[in-house]
Amino acid sequence: MDTPNLETKEVINSNIQMEPTVMNDTTRRNADNLEAKGESGLETRGVHAWFDKHHALADVSLHFPENTVTGLIGPSGCGKSTFLRLLNRMHEFIPKAAMAGQVLFEGNDIYADDVNAIDMRRRIGMVFQKPNPFPAMNIGENVVAGLKLSKIKSDNKDEVIEDCLTRAGLWNEVKDRLKSPGGSLSGGQQQRLCIARSLALKPDVLLLDEPCSALDPGSTLRVEETIVQLSESMTIVIVTHNMQQAARVSDYCAFFLSDGGPGHLVEADLTTSIFSNPKDTRTADYVQGRFG
Amino acid sequence: MTTILDAVEVPTPKRPWNKKRQTFIRSAILMSISLVFSWLLSSTTELGGVLGFYLGLAVCLPVVVLIESIRHGRNVAIDRVASSVILAMFGVVVIPWISIVTTVYQKGSKAFYWGYLTTDMRFTASGESLEFGGALHAIVGTLVMVLIASLISVPLGITAAIYIVEIKGRFASSVRFFTQAMSGVPSIVAGLFIYSTICIFFGGFSAWAGALAYTILMLPTVARTSEEVLKLVPDELRAASYALGASQARTVFQVVLPTIATGLVTSAILGIARVAGETAPLLLTASYFVATSRNLNEPIASLPIYIFSNLGLGDANATTRAWGGSLVLLIVVFVLFSVARGLSARLSRK
Repeated sequence: MDTPNLETKEVINSNIQMEPTVMNDTTRRNADNLEAKGESGLETRGVHAWFDKHHALADVSLHFPENTVTGLIGPSGCGKSTFLRLLNRMHEFIPKAAMAGQVLFEGNDIYADDVNAIDMRRRIGMVFQKPNPFPAMNIGENVVAGLKLSKIKSDNKDEVIEDCLTRAGLWNEVKDRLKSPGGSLSGGQQQRLCIARSLALKPDVLLLDEPCSALDPGSTLRVEETIVQLSESMTIVIVTHNMQQAARVSDYCAFFLSDGGPGHLVEADLTTSIFSNPKDTRTADYVQGRFG
Repeated sequence: MTTILDAVEVPTPKRPWNKKRQTFIRSAILMSISLVFSWLLSSTTELGGVLGFYLGLAVCLPVVVLIESIRHGRNVAIDRVASSVILAMFGVVVIPWISIVTTVYQKGSKAFYWGYLTTDMRFTASGESLEFGGALHAIVGTLVMVLIASLISVPLGITAAIYIVEIKGRFASSVRFFTQAMSGVPSIVAGLFIYSTICIFFGGFSAWAGALAYTILMLPTVARTSEEVLKLVPDELRAASYALGASQARTVFQVVLPTIATGLVTSAILGIARVAGETAPLLLTASYFVATSRNLNEPIASLPIYIFSNLGLGDANATTRAWGGSLVLLIVVFVLFSVARGLSARLSRK
């Protein structure tokens, strides 16, 4: 796979009038991929979400191709996080929440009656905006917490810990203090610990809800590198308010907007197209920083 | 390797925010002046005794502080007078407490000898010389009943709190309502309830009945404090656990409860503290027995009833025994508190 190149992707300041960039260099990054192709990856069909009577999200149909990074962008309150939480059934923990539509994972609706939400969440992991390591566990225990919580037996916990922490880019910083509490780490390290914790379950999809919003630039960069590496082996969906970040890490971008009513999908395309040649003027205005 | 420390002369660490010596001396002088004034006040007026003296002090101290600090300006004066008022109020709270402990110690220690904790009153009448008999039966009885009550009400109370906070079941609000209502039940009513339901039908007074009466009083306290503690767990932790594919049961037992282990121990302590000194519920349930009990189906002694029955006799030696029992009760509660605190400190360190 080609590692997304920071220079070619960082096109945020380019003129929206410029010619469409043709990005057919890999099969992975192809605008046609956004059309659902049978049973691959994650797909939503006509998804709506409500909080009690409040209609928060309307009619979102998106396809997340396997082993790609999709950035969800849009101003606050446009339903990005709600949409993300619908993708692994975290939405239902909110009292009085409701939804409509289908979320297909490998061709099966995750909201179908016979689907076990608990098993499904093991395959569609999530990292939250605020780092949330378990305070009653040390760093090592936090990494394998998912295995313990879902009663998965593992003979080589130490290997899992080292592997996940390495992939999350944290191993070198914590290898000598795996027994210290997770809360003793800095904010950026805690967030990478939470990513490592999700990786231990070997998910097929990783959902990230503004994972870098509380981090300093150095930690952000490291998390972004981690995301790019992970996308070799898993599908990643990331909500971000940071346009540069979306440009740096994502292959595809989906722009959400709420114009007074429920949030909805305005445009989804290759990230380069969204930033250089958006079809909708509202997208252009947003990625150029004219509102939002 | 060269570091900044090679180039810089390291100064001695200081704590300039610490209160300066002068401040301490000034406070001591102001305090002594106030003491002299309040002594004058209590000896020249009708305000006699320790209470009068203290009342005088509580008035004199802020006045003296005001006069001394007014030259530093209004804000400084207000700040210092407020501090002195708070100090005086602190005394209002602490002095009765110290007074209780010292009185109980002075009077109770007279009943103590080597056998007070190792013998019971089986062969001794309450009025007999204090060299004979002891409170073993009462100590054992209290510990046994508190233990049984804790074994029942701590798991039940925590379960109720989990039902209210974690499961949020259909009856959560009514469960919460009844726990709150139950915590206001007068202790004699709890005793009466057990008497009328258990004692009458199952062979009269017994340790079981006493422990059940304790349970009725303990349960709401444990449930309510556990509920408060559970509410402190941030929802992000639960979300993190669910996102890792954990079931609700595993989330509660492996994430939520370990996080608040300290708080749950505290809720158990508060429950024990609520009942350990209760007399009324035992009068109608456990009654009293002069020998150390070996059978939970029979009446059993307890420290509060031991105190109560000895005090009722009017005899000087019996009264001293009652004070001794009070001292033991204070110590028992203190030990239970310390053990639980130590335990929770250990849990939270882990």
